[in-house]
Amino acid sequence: MTSDGRGATGDGRGATGEARAARGEARAEVRERSAIEVNRASKIYRRFSHRKQFATLKSALLSRSLITNLRPDETFTALNDVTLTVPKGRTLGVIGRNGSGKSTLLKLVAGISKPTSGTVRVDGRISALIELGAGFHPEISGRENVFINGIMLGLTKREVARRFDEIVEFAELTEFIDAPVKTYSSGMYMRLGFAVAIHVDPDVLLVDEVLAVGDEGFTHKCLDKFAEFKRRGKTILLVTHSLGLVERFCDEALWLDAGRIRGSGDPKRIVGAYITDVEHREERELAAGDARAQESAAAAVASPDEPASAVLPDSPIELATAPADMFRAAEGRWGSREVEITNVALVSAAGASGHVFRSGDALDVRISLRAPLPVDDFVVGIGVFNAEGVCCYGTNTSVDALRPERLAGDAEIVFAVDALDLVEGTYKLDVAVHKQDGYPYDYHRLLYTFRVKSRTRDVGIYRPRHAWRFSGGVRFTAAPAADQAAADPDRDGE
Amino acid sequence: MLHNLAQLPRYRGLIHSLVARELKARYRGSVLGFFWSFINPLSLLLIYTFVFKYVMPAAAKGAESDPLFTGTDPYSLFMFCGLLPWTWFASSLLESAGVLISGGNLIKKVLFPAEILPIVTVTANMVHFFLALPILVFFLIWFSAPLSATELLWFPVVVAVQFVFTLGCALILSALTVHFRDIRDILSNVITLWFFATPIIYSYKLAPAFARRFMNLNPFAHLAISYQEILFFAGPFGHWKWLLALGAASIAWFLFGYWIFDRLRDSFAEEV
Repeated sequence: MTSDGRGATGDGRGATGEARAARGEARAEVRERSAIEVNRASKIYRRFSHRKQFATLKSALLSRSLITNLRPDETFTALNDVTLTVPKGRTLGVIGRNGSGKSTLLKLVAGISKPTSGTVRVDGRISALIELGAGFHPEISGRENVFINGIMLGLTKREVARRFDEIVEFAELTEFIDAPVKTYSSGMYMRLGFAVAIHVDPDVLLVDEVLAVGDEGFTHKCLDKFAEFKRRGKTILLVTHSLGLVERFCDEALWLDAGRIRGSGDPKRIVGAYITDVEHREERELAAGDARAQESAAAAVASPDEPASAVLPDSPIELATAPADMFRAAEGRWGSREVEITNVALVSAAGASGHVFRSGDALDVRISLRAPLPVDDFVVGIGVFNAEGVCCYGTNTSVDALRPERLAGDAEIVFAVDALDLVEGTYKLDVAVHKQDGYPYDYHRLLYTFRVKSRTRDVGIYRPRHAWRFSGGVRFTAAPAADQAAADPDRDGE
Repeated sequence: MLHNLAQLPRYRGLIHSLVARELKARYRGSVLGFFWSFINPLSLLLIYTFVFKYVMPAAAKGAESDPLFTGTDPYSLFMFCGLLPWTWFASSLLESAGVLISGGNLIKKVLFPAEILPIVTVTANMVHFFLALPILVFFLIWFSAPLSATELLWFPVVVAVQFVFTLGCALILSALTVHFRDIRDILSNVITLWFFATPIIYSYKLAPAFARRFMNLNPFAHLAISYQEILFFAGPFGHWKWLLALGAASIAWFLFGYWIFDRLRDSFAEEV
């Protein structure tokens, strides 16, 4: 089995010349053959228990099985029965959460590790951008490292020499190329690694989330290089969290989840399905987090002497200007409970209760109240805080000129927002009911979390409804929304 | 396995540049640079000379008075003939034990035939050995040791046998150390023991008969004896049968080492 696996790798390298010749002669024929074929590949890692982790030569010798005893008692399936084919000249984007098996898949295709079962076949020279500059030696100069790294990646010395100037120029390191690599900044190091790897002139390029290696300008250069590869009919396998990049750049997308293929095909469709899944997951996480916060708040002894809170009657403006106090205030719950907040639900326009909303969506905050004895002095208030603890908005029924008359038994109050004009981020809610003089009945401090998702990359605290108008000698064309998102490769798909 | 072995010559260029890098990097930043490859063995020789001449002259006298020694050559020069190849051997083994672990980045992140790493280690140490040879030759001539051309023809053979033998050891050690890190610590002790079990600081010919029987089982003893006979002792090279036998055994040993290495190869990327 061993030599078979290695054989495949060796063939991959050996086929370089053949592939090159074929490219020149009969492009149509090359097109028919696929560049990457993964057939029912699984990868099982062993997970060592404590006892095994410290397995020693002695213990192995005592059980008289040097090699068979390397079998673990616990395993972890990183890839489970994955089959995929990438035709020559196509770009496949692999997406998925952390730990879903993306990098494992890439390593299998690169030939760095072997599948536990199944087969992997790659046609043509591979260059894997998995860890940039992995083979650099810190003590020797950038120049020497370029040569050695190039040779490691499968070039001959002469080939490296021919591409040397181009590599150095691409890495923007002309001045420093003769300095030892240990004096490089991490950015310089990565740029040089990237430059070497990309100039190997591979038939199959494997990229693992390495685009965040430089400033904006370098990132664009890398993307241009990828585009050039595409034009020249090279095959690219791209593992990334940058969903915009997948949508814009890939011909096909593959979504891995827990080592299995959840979906593959049109990038827009797959990315959409993935985002929906991520939102569901976040939803559950936020719900679990809120439940914990409310539980611990309920367990804590209610103390009416707590300091100033967000929904002070008639003073929301003062609160907005004093974020330091807000910052100090921790989550919690206090009050006399003469009126009790029994439930708070965030409901989207579709009527579904949840924790993840899109910017601009309608949102209802439904507050269920219970007053065992009728009260006539009450104010219901709400405060929205962003992750930095800045109060984005705070108001209450009194501020909004609603005079309380009577509250008895069960009641529901809805704070209806027509359009949630917040920028992307995580927000927390204060919900409170108190007397007009501030005496708290039930104060829920930062106990409710929701997340706002946005496809626009604007920043700030809130998003005013806006439009751009122009006249005179200026012209714009509207870019598609997806492109706009893709322009920022750091865009996170979490 | 044979397929992989056949691939190896393809990586000549890589091995060559990695050895060059290893040598460059080792002395990078030091003032004397490559001269250390001369100075280290030279100072070693001077220390031994001093010790045997002034600190314990009796031990050297005892050996030198034997008719085997020509009487004029210092005992330290005899030791030096065995010590240089031993340094090559011992540091190759010690370094190769950790080479896959320290080179883990390459194995995990770059498509890279892992056997290159122990091969580079052994080769780099061989180059150090070569760099120290001029010192040895200089003092051999200085003390007019009985060098003969026919004997010197055997020298490359001894070096080749040692290279293949060391390579076999290095492959096994590097592969096993990935799984059993204890080997590194065990090894330094084994090497010390092995050093004294090998006729380097004493002569094989002066050892008692029962000790010689054990020494015959020690592969490095035959290498050391060959070096000593070729470089130091007068007379024809009489140990050639042993040497050729060891050469054949070393090739088998290398293949065995490569087989073990190949079997464990797939586990490297996960274990280092």
